[in-house]
Amino acid sequence: MENTEKRRQELEKYFDAKGPFGLLRVSQMKRAWKQTNRRELNFWENTYLPMLFSGIYLTSKHFFYNVTFHILHLFGLRKDIKGAVTYQYPEMPRPLASRLRTRHRLTKREDGSPRCVACMMCETVCPARCIEITAAEHPDPNIEKYPAEFILDLGKCVYCGFCVEVCPEDAIRMDTGKLEIAEYSRESMIYNKKRLMDE
Amino acid sequence: MPNLTIDGKQVEVPAGTTIIQAADKLGIDIPRYCYHPALPVSGNCRICMVEVEKQPKLQIACYTPVADGMVVKTSSPKVLEVRKTVLEFLLVNHPVDCPVCDQAGECKLQDYYMEHGQYDSRLGDVKVKKEKKAFSIGPTVMLDQERCILCTRCVRFADTITKTSEFGVFNRGDHSQLDVYPGKQLDNSYSGNVVDICPVGALTDTDFRFKCRVWYLSQTKSVCPGCSMGCNITVEWDKMRPHQHKKARVMRLKPRHNPEVNDYWICDKGRYNYKFIDENRIQHPQLKDDIISWDQAIDTVSTAFKSLKDSNRTNRIGVIASAQLTNEDLFVIRKFFKETLKGAQVDFRVPEKPGDSDNLLIKADKNPNTAGAVQILQADAEVAGIAQKAKSGEIDVLYVFGHDLVKLFGKETVEQIAKKVKLFVYQGSNVNDTCSYAHLNLPSSVYAEKEGTFTNCQQKVQRIWPAFLPMAESKGDWEIISLLSAKLGAPLPYQHSQEIFKDIAASMASFSEMTYEKISDQGMILKA
Repeated sequence: MENTEKRRQELEKYFDAKGPFGLLRVSQMKRAWKQTNRRELNFWENTYLPMLFSGIYLTSKHFFYNVTFHILHLFGLRKDIKGAVTYQYPEMPRPLASRLRTRHRLTKREDGSPRCVACMMCETVCPARCIEITAAEHPDPNIEKYPAEFILDLGKCVYCGFCVEVCPEDAIRMDTGKLEIAEYSRESMIYNKKRLMDE
Repeated sequence: MPNLTIDGKQVEVPAGTTIIQAADKLGIDIPRYCYHPALPVSGNCRICMVEVEKQPKLQIACYTPVADGMVVKTSSPKVLEVRKTVLEFLLVNHPVDCPVCDQAGECKLQDYYMEHGQYDSRLGDVKVKKEKKAFSIGPTVMLDQERCILCTRCVRFADTITKTSEFGVFNRGDHSQLDVYPGKQLDNSYSGNVVDICPVGALTDTDFRFKCRVWYLSQTKSVCPGCSMGCNITVEWDKMRPHQHKKARVMRLKPRHNPEVNDYWICDKGRYNYKFIDENRIQHPQLKDDIISWDQAIDTVSTAFKSLKDSNRTNRIGVIASAQLTNEDLFVIRKFFKETLKGAQVDFRVPEKPGDSDNLLIKADKNPNTAGAVQILQADAEVAGIAQKAKSGEIDVLYVFGHDLVKLFGKETVEQIAKKVKLFVYQGSNVNDTCSYAHLNLPSSVYAEKEGTFTNCQQKVQRIWPAFLPMAESKGDWEIISLLSAKLGAPLPYQHSQEIFKDIAASMASFSEMTYEKISDQGMILKA
């Protein structure tokens, strides 16, 4: 105990926890203290052999178990015992939960125009500020407002689903089941009204 | 003077005051739709019901005169119950299309429903639909009859304030609807005010419609620069969502209450006079066709001034100042051109044609600070004379603040001036015809980007506040002059417009004892 206390004091000389980078220095200090207090390895530990063999045993156990049961399942045998679950992604996508929030879409009216009335609720509530709506007067005098443009930047979106929750018209939904939205540029991650309605 | 108690608070008011006015004096908020302090009382919305002790029925606060010893309750269970039922009645035919309504966010129907309504709808019948949804009733205003709660504020406004009587309520009962009289249009010069006084979204502003939701707006107090009346306004702006309005910052101007100047109103010219803040601005200092840095620009002007000053020919400097500038700008201009460059010819009184005017707010003098310029600049030269001299080659440096000389003196005169003078400096916020003739263009900030004071035609000094930073490279007018002054070896000790105003108050008798804090947002009259 005395020894470790002494070492700590020695280290504190080098790492001033009160200085401008105090927190950083405390973490450095802790790491250094851990290293200097590491336990000496014994003979068998130094050979690494026990750990090596236990690792090979574990891997082989799973391998032979799964090979056996997957082959048996192919012949329709022993279906009561499950093998490891593996999906052949991307050829075989994993089933999605029904309420999972996936890429957005704009729902349509019967005539194919967007249900959105450009009330800007989603734009207001969006914590990532990824929605940009430009409102305009609808040519039909019975419909007041419609979105001349609806831009959703998926590069900024945090998938919180607030836009769906807040929408008074059920005009935006996150139920496309599309999760793969990787693109080669940031610009192509920006979806406009047309893409959100048709893609 | 009757002494009454409202919600346990005692107040003494002159006889003839109504309960709602007495409550306003105490800061007790009674809901209201049809009552407006500047309009005659109509008493038809019934939302302002209050309980008066010893009276069996509830009374409307807007029309019941106070009496000595009256005890009024504004939030007893009985009153709250009545408010709820009145709201339910008002909302019977209201479409509740708040998501698409421009008023949402500043709508009293919305606010009071959240505060006092909160009932479950009991409506079994279908709502009465009007023939048309929203339609234009004039160049500035759209009417949506379904949203109207028939408070008749707009009717009374047109009847008593503008006396043009465009509005009326037609038909009876369920079918009553607000409209303009057949063949009439709402096109008086104060039409925009009906949008402000409409407590719901029935009357909306064509200019503001769908541009931006009101909760995105920030407000900055200011004074209208449109004429010498100096109506108090609020600049409402939005910088966070440039995609909604093509990067413009100012969305709309709203009148600000000042009983001594504009009351609750503002003219349409002033209301829609904000586009120049974001459009057609001079972005960078420009020498002929080249964009230059501020250092180079200041160098160019100061070298010209210095050579004239050193050879004692400062009378060959002509300065056309402007009554569009603030008192602070004008004071610095006076200090620089009348002390540092003593002998320069300075004036601001350009030969403009007087504009239209009326008895309410619009004044013929279209500059917000003529009174201040007269006081501060004490100009002796004559703008027409300066222009004449510049034309005949008697002036070497002509320095113009924001005036469009082409409009004032004609194209040929300005062309000749540009040829004769050695340096023709135009310092202004917006591009106009004079810019193309000026040798050097200096971008200055507009009133919404400045802090300062204007003196209106009533000799009232009123403050303006900066809403946002100057656009691009533009600078405040007095800042540019300070830079010039420092370059000529006479640095001015000002960091902020408040310091300049302190100097004005200290050096001029009419401004004495004034400070920014005392002027505040209601203004102060100049001393005679």
